[in-house]
Amino acid sequence: MNLQSEIPLQYMVVLSTLVFFIGLLGVLIRRNLITMLMGIELMLNAVNINFVAFNHYLFPHRLEGHFFALIVMAIAAAEAAIAIALIINIYRKFLTVNVDDVDELKY
Amino acid sequence: MSYTFTILIFLIPLTVFLSLGLLNSKLKPSVAGVIGTTGLAVITILSYSTAYLYFSSTSTQEGHKSIEAFNVLWLTFTDQLQIHLGVLLDPLSVMMLVVITTVSLMVHVYSLGYMRGERGFQHYYAFLSLFTFSMLGLVVATNIFQMYIFWELVGVSSYLLIGFYYERPSAVAASKKAFIVTRFADLGFLVGILILSFNTGTFDFATLTSLTGPVITQTPGTLFLGMSVTTWAMLLIFMGGAGKSAMFPLHIWLPDAMEGPTPVSALIHAATMVVAGVYLVARLFPIYSFSSPDALEAIMYVGSFTSLFAAVIACTQLDIKRVLAYSTLSQIGYMMVALGTSGYGENGLGYMASLFHLFTHAFFKALLFLGAGSVIHAVHTNVMTNMGGLRKYMPLTHITFLIACLTIAGIPPFSGFFSKDEILVAAFEHNKLVFAVQWLVAGITAFYMFRLYFSIFWNHPREYDHTPHESPVTMTFPLIFLAIASVMAGFVPFHDLVTSDGRILHTEFHWIIALPSVLIALIGMGVAAILYYKQNPKLENLASRLKGIYQLTFQKFFIDEIYLFITQNIIFQFVSRPLAWFDRHVVDGSMNLVGNTTVVFSGAIKRIQSGHVQLYIWLFASGALLLTIAVLYLTK
Repeated sequence: MNLQSEIPLQYMVVLSTLVFFIGLLGVLIRRNLITMLMGIELMLNAVNINFVAFNHYLFPHRLEGHFFALIVMAIAAAEAAIAIALIINIYRKFLTVNVDDVDELKY
Repeated sequence: MSYTFTILIFLIPLTVFLSLGLLNSKLKPSVAGVIGTTGLAVITILSYSTAYLYFSSTSTQEGHKSIEAFNVLWLTFTDQLQIHLGVLLDPLSVMMLVVITTVSLMVHVYSLGYMRGERGFQHYYAFLSLFTFSMLGLVVATNIFQMYIFWELVGVSSYLLIGFYYERPSAVAASKKAFIVTRFADLGFLVGILILSFNTGTFDFATLTSLTGPVITQTPGTLFLGMSVTTWAMLLIFMGGAGKSAMFPLHIWLPDAMEGPTPVSALIHAATMVVAGVYLVARLFPIYSFSSPDALEAIMYVGSFTSLFAAVIACTQLDIKRVLAYSTLSQIGYMMVALGTSGYGENGLGYMASLFHLFTHAFFKALLFLGAGSVIHAVHTNVMTNMGGLRKYMPLTHITFLIACLTIAGIPPFSGFFSKDEILVAAFEHNKLVFAVQWLVAGITAFYMFRLYFSIFWNHPREYDHTPHESPVTMTFPLIFLAIASVMAGFVPFHDLVTSDGRILHTEFHWIIALPSVLIALIGMGVAAILYYKQNPKLENLASRLKGIYQLTFQKFFIDEIYLFITQNIIFQFVSRPLAWFDRHVVDGSMNLVGNTTVVFSGAIKRIQSGHVQLYIWLFASGALLLTIAVLYLTK
């Protein structure tokens, strides 16, 4: 199985860039907190693709990239747990998960 | 012989100060008094044994050596700039130990009676211990920097004790005045220390005053305004000494300092602290003598003028404590004159005489103040025209006060005669004019002291609210002790013990000096007796006939007014006001400008923090993007 000869690295980078900006766009334009969280997960996964791809294509005999991807997954899981806890608390207080209605912390 | 135990001499008062100061009102007043007095008694015994050991163990043939009993490195700034704390024992400091602990012990005992029932009794004893600690630290200092530290501590404790009756505005004003005037003088002292140690690279007294050391053997190099740098340094150091010892024109604080409790005046403003200036000059005497004789000459003239000036003022003052204060000025003037006329070694008569006078003066002046305190305690007034005829009511105070007056007037065989006589001999050998002035001052001294004596104890008995009575035994015991000390101190073989080089000084008795000085003292006493023995209507006539001179001396030559004029109309007007304007408008203004700019700017941009999380993300993301583009662009 020779992935390198069939799919060039550029494809991977383009894919991860696309995923990253889709995630960013989701965070920026969606008003629902849960959807925004999903956008963040997408951005993290874009990073993971980059880690794994660069590791695999450029340094095939090393494993740091893979491990980093694993660490990012672990952190993403923890972050999702905290974020959802926060969102639940926000919902209890404001009775909404619309981010525009949650703007008390300001000047 | 090890002298390490001398460290206790100044650790005990420190401990007493801390414990009394911290426990304060948790202790009963009587307990606090007993603790303070016991601590003092212990260090008095220690000081006496130190003196005995020191003078008996070092041989007088090759001179009393100075011993560093204890010296510890305290502060290290650089390799050269190191400050030690320690205990230096030499004839001078050992003599001072004895004087300070004796007078301080007597004042502690006396205060048990005098201050009974006063508010803040515990504080009073704590402050007395603080003062004793600082004064002892000052005299045993091994280096000039340690001396400076304790010098300031002495000033602080003096400030605290002058302002002890802090409900009285006059006491508060007096304590501030004392602090500011001496602080101003200490500025000169500090600059002098810095110049001296910059030139010599050391703070250490042993190196500074070593006859073969660099300070004395090196030729005074740079000249500044016609005087060598060493002379400048020594003059500035003397300025500090003049402030503490209240030499003209820095004397104005001492008479006002009489606002403090009378035992404090006896201890601090008569016997110990005010002679710190004399001690300072004596401590650095080899430098004065060999490297800056001009400064020594200046000291002589300042001392001589002050002694005459203060003696004249003392003749017209009505407050008995102020008379004694001016008399203190005058006597310290004597000591300064003696130092100024002195040479080193074989010619060190003046040095010996000065310290001899310091020694005897401490006893008789403390006695005078404590006697005055006893009188004030009995009649509740300071003004001598409200007193009279007290000899019947207070026999012990009367006798001891008489002894003190005879001593200060220089009547043989009381101790003042011996020490004053040595000073006059030293002055006669050095400078005839100064001798004449000091001889005259001896007469004036006898006059004003006996004016005081006759006004209080003889004269016309006044109507008292309640019959005056003799003071309690805690107050009369110190009087008796000090009276005995005043009589006996003259027989101490001082020329064997405390001399400029530690060797025995050979002195002779000069009839030609002694007789005229006793004669003028007797004349002064006689005049005082005629005028004040009983009520005398001629006094009013005399005062009105000499109205101008009388007013001039009664108002202390308007020195206070001159000071007020200079400070308020010149310094405040032309220096302080512009400085205050500069501070308020330029310094504060620039700071306010910075602050206000920040306020306005942040007010303008604070709306960005709207609470909309997505706006933040927009800004953050676009910022990151812009930075990335910029980095890519620039590094290409």
